[in-house]
Amino acid sequence: MARLITYIAQVLSLIRKELLALVKDPANRTLLFAPAIMQALLFGYGATYDLTNAPYVVLDQSRSAASTELLARLDGTGVFRRVASLTSSDQIAEMIDSGDALLVIGIPSDFQQRLASGQQAPLQLILDGRNSSTAGLASAYVSSIVTAYNQSLGNTSSLTIVRRAWFNPNLESRWNIMPALIAALSMMQTLMLAALSVAREREQGTFDQLLVTPMTPLQILIGKALPSMLVGILQSTLIFLIILFWFQIPMNGSVWLLYLGLAMFTLASVGIGLSVSAVSLTMQQAMLYTFMLVMPLMLLSGLLTPVRNMPAILQVATYVNPLRFGVDLVRRVYLEGATFADVASNFVPLLAVAAVTLPLAAWLFRNRMA
Amino acid sequence: MSDQDLTVSVENLRKTFKGPDGGEVAAIDGISMSVRAGELTALVGPDGAGKTTLMRMMAGLLKPDAGSLSVLGIDVAADPQSVQDRISYMPQRFGLYEDLSVQENLDLYADLHGVPEGERKQRFTRMLEMTDMARFTERPAGKLSGGMKQKLGLACTLVRSPDLLLLDEPSVGVDPLSRRDLWTIVQQLIDDEKLSVIVSTAYMDEAERCAQVFVMNKGKLLAEGAPDELKKRARGLTFTATTPDGMPARELQARLIDAPDFIVDAVPKGGNVSFIRQQDADEARIGELLRDAESEPRDEELEDAFMMMLRQHEAQDGEAAAKPATDKAAPEPRRNEDKPVIVVRDLVRKFGDFTAVASTSFDVAQGEIFGLLGPNGAGKTTTFRMLCGLLPATSGHLEVAGLNLRNARAEARGRIGYVSQKFALYGNLSVRENMEFFGGAYGLRGKALRKRVSASIEQFNLDPAAQSGILPAGYKQRLAMATGLLHEPDILFLDEPTSGIDPLARRAFWRTITSLAMSGVTIIITTHFMEEAEYCDRIAIQDAGEMLALGTPREVRKQAGDAGTDMNSAFIAIVEQGRAARDNKAKDKERAA
Repeated sequence: MARLITYIAQVLSLIRKELLALVKDPANRTLLFAPAIMQALLFGYGATYDLTNAPYVVLDQSRSAASTELLARLDGTGVFRRVASLTSSDQIAEMIDSGDALLVIGIPSDFQQRLASGQQAPLQLILDGRNSSTAGLASAYVSSIVTAYNQSLGNTSSLTIVRRAWFNPNLESRWNIMPALIAALSMMQTLMLAALSVAREREQGTFDQLLVTPMTPLQILIGKALPSMLVGILQSTLIFLIILFWFQIPMNGSVWLLYLGLAMFTLASVGIGLSVSAVSLTMQQAMLYTFMLVMPLMLLSGLLTPVRNMPAILQVATYVNPLRFGVDLVRRVYLEGATFADVASNFVPLLAVAAVTLPLAAWLFRNRMA
Repeated sequence: MSDQDLTVSVENLRKTFKGPDGGEVAAIDGISMSVRAGELTALVGPDGAGKTTLMRMMAGLLKPDAGSLSVLGIDVAADPQSVQDRISYMPQRFGLYEDLSVQENLDLYADLHGVPEGERKQRFTRMLEMTDMARFTERPAGKLSGGMKQKLGLACTLVRSPDLLLLDEPSVGVDPLSRRDLWTIVQQLIDDEKLSVIVSTAYMDEAERCAQVFVMNKGKLLAEGAPDELKKRARGLTFTATTPDGMPARELQARLIDAPDFIVDAVPKGGNVSFIRQQDADEARIGELLRDAESEPRDEELEDAFMMMLRQHEAQDGEAAAKPATDKAAPEPRRNEDKPVIVVRDLVRKFGDFTAVASTSFDVAQGEIFGLLGPNGAGKTTTFRMLCGLLPATSGHLEVAGLNLRNARAEARGRIGYVSQKFALYGNLSVRENMEFFGGAYGLRGKALRKRVSASIEQFNLDPAAQSGILPAGYKQRLAMATGLLHEPDILFLDEPTSGIDPLARRAFWRTITSLAMSGVTIIITTHFMEEAEYCDRIAIQDAGEMLALGTPREVRKQAGDAGTDMNSAFIAIVEQGRAARDNKAKDKERAA
């Protein structure tokens, strides 16, 4: 029993030291929370696929009542903003090339006659495909407006689609991205913090002093992992609060489950960070390795692009990426209100990553030759 | 003396820096001096004397706050570039490019200094020949030993022939052999090229080679003159006390140095104790101190005069010299010669094909001070790291405090204390926080921890709230010692603890070690200061991974034969004998094959 108490006391004194060292460094102190807040706000306001104020130009060669009504409907959505009216088709290329317009709508001169005679009346839609997702979105909007116009003309088609999106009724991309940030943003910091923790000690020579104490690698591992995890979860909480109260995205799931998932996810991230740290001899090396890791981890996570759209081989690669499961877990708990049974499968890969990286880091503490 | 004969002339020079606590610190406090051309001149003084600041000002890298400074007849502050065109400056840490080879480093520095292509070949050949590095031109600088790096640094500094050479502590952390080589090179240059050289150093034997010596302390000039001139200050005050049989010299030395009212300085030397008495000390009181030890006068040395000047200046300053940390209630000596606390048998460590330590065996008894000596890259650091449990051995038996390091590593580590060469505590934590953390790591907690920390802080005279990273070097070292001793270890490992600290702090440090050894702590220590081997009960000299000598300082000197007049020359002789024997063996092998 006394041995156990001593064992725990040793770990606690390491945790205390780690936190003290973190808080006492003024540069560290601002780094802890300022970037998380800033990034959360940037993502919230900046990163959106939603179409608003899309500039378009029109080449109305029909100049009829029918074409005016159609254009009025387009302008009335608030999604499109007419920046110019063209007079000849020669001007089209210029508008798209310069980026002044995202789309050009061409209405042929016989538009009204064809409609009146019950014929098919083609509309020309030219899109700037350099940004494919925005272009696709714009074209979808235009066709839904055209469908509505058709209906108003009495050309009812046999099938109509009534759309209702679950979990995100207005299909706002912010709702999709923001909850995932609870995992993604804090991971960047946890990874960096963990990666620097051992590398800094090696570089400054303090690691030897730590290794000559009777503490075992397991104790050092726990003492190093817990403070990083704590910081990671605090950052997640900060982002969580910003999303919930500032951006007011409703939370459907259990907070406890969210935190259980976050704890598991952070543990896996810290495992990767500490392994990087234990391999590195200097802080510069640790930083480089971390930067090398962050980009693929982000891209292969499903944060911005769905994993199922990726080629099969990359989809396999995502299995070792804790962020993939972290993002999925947080999103589903937050937006869907998923239960533990729903997301249990996410815990398995996270556990596996932690189970490999943490013992690896502990082994490297002593066996990485300087 | 006309201005023509002066290379450097300094008038009332001042330079202040902002201290870590925000206050002003005068690094150079109104110094005036004249350095003659064509001579070797030494700046000596303890840490923080201002030697480096003065040199950097001479090199035009720092601007003086007040006073005038002219180098080679040029006002440095007004025209640093034209001074820099004519001098060469080697800072303490020379900027070698570790990934470039020896040759590439030389080329680079020749390019930087714009040495014409035609002159290079001849200059390089000469430099490589003098430094004995012609064989290693392809080797990356990062793979050279400490001493070789320093020699390469000197060669790079001298790719062109300057009018004045400034060397800032070129021999810090360099072993005696490399140190001797460095000085041979400098001497050759002075003889051949009539070079003016200013060197700062902490070694008195180096200062003694110089024509002119300037003694500095805390930004002030204490004395100047030829070494023989300066020596005279200690005339008639220097003695040798013969240590009674069965007593380590350091214990007599400790008794003497503990009485600063009568004794200026005392160091163990050749098994006896060299000391300097205070001028006005009472004969009878000194007799009392010596007890049954005989004493007789000896010739004064530069070091004696230097120590006298330092002590006087410190006393004038009203600041007590660094007090040694001794346990007031020192327990009865518990020494047990029969029971070794460290047993090393056939210890081997290989890195790939390279054998860093070859079949080494020795024992260390409880309460013994055991010194590990060797040139840079000899394998002593590797041996040391294996003993501390930082590095696993390739093969062999290793027992520390009765525990086998193979299967009881954590437990064995709990019984040892470790003080590394570099300051290895957390710089942004306070003294108390550092001590509390390491105390906790060694399993102390609660009341016991707080009590030990408070006691250590008092014993080592530390300020608990001070930030560790900005302490002066001597205090950092004391903090490291205090931390290493918190858990009252049986064995204390010290890796070059005195490298880069000044003579007064070194005396205090060794006084602490002596009292630790008296209380039964076993001490394992590595050092580059050969005279410090005199404090040890036994020393081991390693080279190229092999044990060349093992025994008391007296035995080791005897093994060195005629050369063994002092520890430094004994060391050089033994390492050279060892190298010659190895070469012969290699040749025999070749012949046989």
